[in-house]
Amino acid sequence: MTEPAPVVLRGVDLTVHPGQFVALMGANGSGKSTLVRALTGLLPLGHGHLELFGTPVHAFADWRRIGFVPQRTGAGSGVPASVWEVVASGRLTHRRLLRPLSRADRDAIEEALEVVGLSERARDGVSQLSGGQQQRALIARALAGRPELFFLDEPNAGVDLPNQIALAASLGRLKARGATIVLVAHELGPLASLVDRSVVMRDGRIAYDGSPLADHAVHSPGFGEAHTHHHHPEHPEQGHRDHLPRVAGPLESRERP
Amino acid sequence: MDLFTYGFMQRALIAAVVTGLAAPAVGTYLVQRRLALMGDGIGHVAVTGVALGLLTGTSPTWTAVVVAVLGAALIELIRERGHANGDVALALLFYGGLAGGVLLTGIGGQSAARLQQYLFGSITTISVSDVLATMVLAAVVIVICVGLSPQLFAVAQDQEFAQVAGLHVRAYNLLVAILAAVSVTVAMRTVGLLLVSALMVVPVATAQQVTRSFRTTLAAAMALGCLASLGGLVVAAFASYEARVAPGPTIVLLSLACFAVTWPLGVWLRRQQRLRAPFASNLPAEHETAGAHSHQHGPDCGHVAVRHGDHVDYVHDGHRHAVHGEHYDEH
Repeated sequence: MTEPAPVVLRGVDLTVHPGQFVALMGANGSGKSTLVRALTGLLPLGHGHLELFGTPVHAFADWRRIGFVPQRTGAGSGVPASVWEVVASGRLTHRRLLRPLSRADRDAIEEALEVVGLSERARDGVSQLSGGQQQRALIARALAGRPELFFLDEPNAGVDLPNQIALAASLGRLKARGATIVLVAHELGPLASLVDRSVVMRDGRIAYDGSPLADHAVHSPGFGEAHTHHHHPEHPEQGHRDHLPRVAGPLESRERP
Repeated sequence: MDLFTYGFMQRALIAAVVTGLAAPAVGTYLVQRRLALMGDGIGHVAVTGVALGLLTGTSPTWTAVVVAVLGAALIELIRERGHANGDVALALLFYGGLAGGVLLTGIGGQSAARLQQYLFGSITTISVSDVLATMVLAAVVIVICVGLSPQLFAVAQDQEFAQVAGLHVRAYNLLVAILAAVSVTVAMRTVGLLLVSALMVVPVATAQQVTRSFRTTLAAAMALGCLASLGGLVVAAFASYEARVAPGPTIVLLSLACFAVTWPLGVWLRRQQRLRAPFASNLPAEHETAGAHSHQHGPDCGHVAVRHGDHVDYVHDGHRHAVHGEHYDEH
């Protein structure tokens, strides 16, 4: 009944060290969002091995150590929800069933709202916020659980510049506290100064892993001048090989150029 | 007023209150997950359960619970698998359930009128044991819907986030489907299987016209559902002196009337929110003065006041005026 899932990621070997700010970059369809969804356990691994904090993912249960900020998908659900309620659901990793919110829960929610600068909008509906503010609310939700490791999937997508700057300020405060951050981005924008390590995906493989790259270098074949570690040393001049099937004209020779 | 001293009326009132509270409680989660018509589908499947009860001579309430729960679990399974033609599969299930129920009722030698009690409700013929079953089932639904609201809210709001937070998303989705099935059978005697979905969805749609948070929506929907089912029952009871007025459709029409009244209010509130929406934070560089303006803006002037940094703007014909000395600036 179900078709076998297509292989999206191949030969990915990645270790994120505590306190690092890692930017996962690459073109659309390069597999960067798929990688972050696999890292959070949302997508099953066809082959290979994933450990979170040294525990194999299938045995991992300490989800309060992880904060996930998914890609923002429109205004959300069919029923209104206040910003405070959305952020409060970030405390679920700490709450037991059928117990009211504790003092500590409320403090964590207030603090998370304060870090992203949405304290004054707490009682407003999420759908009344602008795209950038919604994104900050999702970050506050992850923050409310006080995790050590954050995964953010395209937090900058569709966010205007002032909100990108506010976002960068929030993430900067997290970084200063020692949080580990893995962030998927097409373009870094104001986040660039926070990044410790860039990982560039191409066709489901890690094409670059090393010191931070500027936005323009990510999309150039040789990663600008800054590359320290290259995963395709055998064809450095060839750059990006297209994996799309080739359509040849009828009179063209069968040989590939 | 001696209408309320009759035993059948008291039983009906109890059934109306618990149904009116339970159905919108589950309905809120269904609407949140954009599954508003799931209750309708389960209602169709439950017809087979009722018919099985009539055929075998057991209580139709309990056979309906069993069949509706199985049907809801199957619907949830089909939905979760995300089949390309999942909605077609659901349609097969719905109409299979309805046709099977009607066929089995005929085979069992029961009249169509007997089945009709369950299709369109017959709250005034409810027996003592049915009232007790209704109360117990409704209490279970309400306790779970309110007690587990943080978890159910998170799962319905953002499934992926909930999963990374370590919640068993599948289990919670199945729980909502089962709760929906139970509340369908609870509401079966009140408004009938074919109108159940209205009592689950319409109070929620009414509540969210004026609410901004999930918890107030849930509470308001339960209050509105209770109001509609009690009000509908009482209206139908008094109107019955004049004509044959069935309580089930009266309850549904009353809750639709609540929606019709609230909707313009919702439109107005949403318009107000748009006016208050923040402008892009970069201010216009030049100092733009509003033209000749005789109106004196103030806290009670009727124009929407929006806090803007260190001062207050007044929304005036779609643009904003800020007091600046003797004149108003455009902001």
